[in-house]
Amino acid sequence: MATSEATSSAVRTAPLLDRLKGQAPALVVILIALLPIALMDLSTWLVLTLAGLAMGMMIFIMASGLTLVFGLMDVLNFGHGAFISFGAFLATAVMLPLTPWMEADSVWLNLAALLPAIAVAMAMAGALGYVFERVLIMPVYGNHLKQILITMGGLIIAEQLIVVLWGPDEIPLIRPLTFQGSFTLGDVTFEKYRLIAVIIGLLVFAVLSLILSRTKIGLLIRAGVENGEMVEALGYRIRRLFIGVFIAGSALAGLGGVMWALYEEVVTANMGMQVMVLVFIVIIIGGLGSVTGCFVGAVLVGLVANYAGFLAPKVALVSNIALMVIVLMWRPQGLFPVAKR
Amino acid sequence: MSDPLVRNSAPMASTVPAADILLDLDDVHTHIEQYHILQGVSFQVPRGQFTMLLGRNGAGKTTTLRSVMGLWKVSQGRITFDGADIGGAATPDIACRGIAYVPEDMSIFSDLTVKENMVLAARQGEMDDTRLNWIFDLFPALKKFWSLEAGALSGGQKQMLAIARAIIEPRELLLIDEPTKGLAPAIVGAMIEAFQELKQAQTSVLLVEQNFQFARTLGDSVAVMDDGRVVHAGSMAELAENVELQQQLLGLSLDAHQ
Ligand SMILES: Nc1ncnc2c1ncn2[C@@H]1O[C@H](COP(=O)(O)OP(=O)(O)O)[C@@H](O)[C@H]1O
Ligand SMILES: [Mg+2]
Repeated sequence: MATSEATSSAVRTAPLLDRLKGQAPALVVILIALLPIALMDLSTWLVLTLAGLAMGMMIFIMASGLTLVFGLMDVLNFGHGAFISFGAFLATAVMLPLTPWMEADSVWLNLAALLPAIAVAMAMAGALGYVFERVLIMPVYGNHLKQILITMGGLIIAEQLIVVLWGPDEIPLIRPLTFQGSFTLGDVTFEKYRLIAVIIGLLVFAVLSLILSRTKIGLLIRAGVENGEMVEALGYRIRRLFIGVFIAGSALAGLGGVMWALYEEVVTANMGMQVMVLVFIVIIIGGLGSVTGCFVGAVLVGLVANYAGFLAPKVALVSNIALMVIVLMWRPQGLFPVAKR
Repeated sequence: MSDPLVRNSAPMASTVPAADILLDLDDVHTHIEQYHILQGVSFQVPRGQFTMLLGRNGAGKTTTLRSVMGLWKVSQGRITFDGADIGGAATPDIACRGIAYVPEDMSIFSDLTVKENMVLAARQGEMDDTRLNWIFDLFPALKKFWSLEAGALSGGQKQMLAIARAIIEPRELLLIDEPTKGLAPAIVGAMIEAFQELKQAQTSVLLVEQNFQFARTLGDSVAVMDDGRVVHAGSMAELAENVELQQQLLGLSLDAHQ
């Protein structure tokens, strides 16, 4: 077509600019990670960075489903924390009777206790997610105020259910022996579990990214986040897609809950509600609906929390809220804004 | 036809045999929130033809297409497609019956590549190579920018992609909303060529258009809307010859369509 020539140069330069703009958030993360080196010694920085990445990865795992749930159907689910708590408690219920295996000096026995615990936590959190979606969320599609109220209510009920089932006290939890303790690299000592959390987080991110970029379901999810109506007009049922994403997101929240509980070495009924503050900050910073944004936002939040906790413990509590305010002043739609109709 | 103006919501004259009517709107009413937007829309789209839906801004053309697609719920009246009542059907079901939709804003997925947009449009699975090459012949730009993010395309290219999505698999009917809106004249020319190709392939199309030249070039039949109703329906040849009628219906001045 004759006109394609005239516009092709514009087309060629646009992605270049976009790519530069797209990289700004990554540069900011690197900058924020590197700046504190000036304020502490290197080994402290390394330890804090690993701690920050570990925390970030766990929050990412918990948050990734929620950001897609919002992106796809504009659903605000304040009850997401229920899946986190539920996952943690279910895994605990599996692991406690298997304590001897957890304490055994064998990777295989450790995994024989841990993997079923994770499987049960994810499966049941996913199932709870399905019920939650059908019973509480489906009746309030399209109404944000009702969504907030009813999902908050759902969260409270879920937490009370945990109290009924497992009692009101927090339950101490031990990590499998293989994941306890630390390892040394040079003259710096790192906690093993943090490294494992980082590896699992990277794996989850890689798998999610592959699904979103390489499979038809993934393309449909991304297309649906951008324009659900058009996805329907092409002949696909967006609600079916949404329920699938909701279940998967709940299962991931369950996984995140298990990881968080093992990290804290304790489970409490309201742990889900507690981490939800961070989860919301992360998905808002990242840009609602973007998994990549969620990942970058989680890394930022994890790092800032740990650096601030060391440098200025008094402001550590508000550091992430400050981070969110600053990011939103810079990019009101978050670091990776999703094109929304 | 002594007085072609008196054609309000009266049933259409049987110029086309009933069997060849692909889409039939009968007294369709649509509310958007509390607003009564479509107030009894009746017209028919014959199979294998281009039907032009004309009318000034705000007449209800887009709302009509969205009602057919199930994107607005019809509050009264019947929409019959290929003999089946699709009035209350869900949008994906309507699409799967064989209606493709090219919205006014094109609604391409800008985060996805051109290819990925097309992959999603091909519901059956793999894209058919012959058909894809035919589309590349119609719109060479799509081949050129196949792996580019669709958001980076120009307006005209986005329009081509939106149309390509609608034709990557054979569909019974295409609903196309103002494909020339905001496009440079050269691109409009290319667009007409592409549509003429579709016409030769006996594609059934319901096309909303503001540009009367464009409409008369392509249209076999025509329906004109005003204020949420169809105020004229008939053959395009008849309207094209009748300048007075054009003025009356479309407010075209004599020199505007020379
Ligand atoms: N989402 C909406 N909410 C309220 N009114 C709408 C909406 N969409 C369209 N309308 C109104 O419906 C009427 C018809 O609009 P539309 O079908 O878009 O007209 P056209 O496509 O013929 O220009 C207009 O008066 C418009 O303001
Ligand atoms: Mg319109």
